[in-house]
Amino acid sequence: MLRVAHLKAGPLPPLSFQVDDGMCLAVEGPSGSGKTCLLRAIADLDPAPGQVFLDGGERHEFKAQAWRKAVRFCAAEPAWWTDTPRTGFVLPRADSKLPRLLERLGLSEAHLDRSIHVLSTGERQRLALARALMDEPRALLLDEPTAALDSASAALVEEHLKYLLLSGRCILLASHDQGLITRLADARLQLARSPSIVGTAEGLVAP
Amino acid sequence: MTYMPLSLTDLALSSVLLLLSGALSIALRLGLARSMAVASVRMVLQLALVAVLLKFIFEVNAPLWTLLFAVIMFAGAVYETVSRQTRRFPGWQTYVLGAGPQFVAGLMATLIATAAVIGGDPWYAPRYILPILGMMLGNTMSGVSLVLETITDGAMRERAAIDAQLALGASRFEALGQVMRRGVTTGLMPILSSMAATGIVALPGMMTGQILAGINPVDAAKYQVMILLLVSGATALGVLGAAVGAVLLLTDDRHRLRLDRLHTTAPQG
Repeated sequence: MLRVAHLKAGPLPPLSFQVDDGMCLAVEGPSGSGKTCLLRAIADLDPAPGQVFLDGGERHEFKAQAWRKAVRFCAAEPAWWTDTPRTGFVLPRADSKLPRLLERLGLSEAHLDRSIHVLSTGERQRLALARALMDEPRALLLDEPTAALDSASAALVEEHLKYLLLSGRCILLASHDQGLITRLADARLQLARSPSIVGTAEGLVAP
Repeated sequence: MTYMPLSLTDLALSSVLLLLSGALSIALRLGLARSMAVASVRMVLQLALVAVLLKFIFEVNAPLWTLLFAVIMFAGAVYETVSRQTRRFPGWQTYVLGAGPQFVAGLMATLIATAAVIGGDPWYAPRYILPILGMMLGNTMSGVSLVLETITDGAMRERAAIDAQLALGASRFEALGQVMRRGVTTGLMPILSSMAATGIVALPGMMTGQILAGINPVDAAKYQVMILLLVSGATALGVLGAAVGAVLLLTDDRHRLRLDRLHTTAPQG
């Protein structure tokens, strides 16, 4: 369970809400309304006053690295720091689960050794998602996870997100894709001048 | 030992090539003459001034004067380091980052050279301390400037990749590792290549000076080896210290990239 209490992220007013295990909260709002700011603040990538709890533990009780391994932010535009994606996957848990994860997202292990520059935008986005999911974080903060995808790939990603929700992960989903939000989200957080939560899902409270 | 002092006529004779190229520049309207004139007059004045000052300090031979001169040299090195940065940390941080590593590395190298290796009588005589400190600071200064510039610039350019690694649970030193390695390599490049080329492409200035002053080439080479070992050691220490300091200042204790702390200035000099 991910709980946010009076979190002041960037230009946004203090926000409080809770996402139970297996729940998906959609974060909506026009470009520049602070969706990314909110997700980054929850991942503790930017300083933000207020509190964020994962299963009852506040983020500052965790080591920063451990927090971000558990509460995983996945950026809208994936970034790479080596010529091929594989290096990003070299983590202790990169084991037998990896090929299956890649396959679920419509990729294969061969993609890991292609040059970043020959991969398509959609392949890069799915690889970044695989990279973010590989060590099985508790909570996912996904920023436009399907923005660069064709409909077939987007459907694969959506299927996998459903599977993750069924397995008890919490997801914060920032997206402009109304269809995806309607199908996945249990509630919506509307970021505008006065953010409000619209939804009836259990465990979600308005600010 | 033979030692041939130069007269003012000798110096005038040395400027022949410079005057010739100045005349060519005027004839071809290249607009170089003015800056060449300013640079060479400035160089002559600076060296004349420093020579008079050093002569005075060597004659007085008082530790306090030596210390004062060393402090001025150090302040100059810090000022140069800081003013070469296009992106700076706020307030005192940028000065501490520019000064700290140079101070520690330059001081240690100078003390090793004067007190332990040369062992003059006394070892703290200005004629040993000041020239060696100057060589150390000259090199740490360029190394530290380069490493700071490369790391702050790299962190700006690669913020997305650094953030992606942090989001995956990397520590600040892991996420900035690539930028840091590049910075350290760049900072050490000049001294490493000058060590590689020394004796093959050119004789180092100090060795040339000693040979011209009539010292046996073997002795001059020994001095040069000592200086190069200490200079490269001091530069490496200064560069590593500055790299670690830059990474610490670019991030916070929650391992977040804090580029908001940097502010960009127009490059000077």
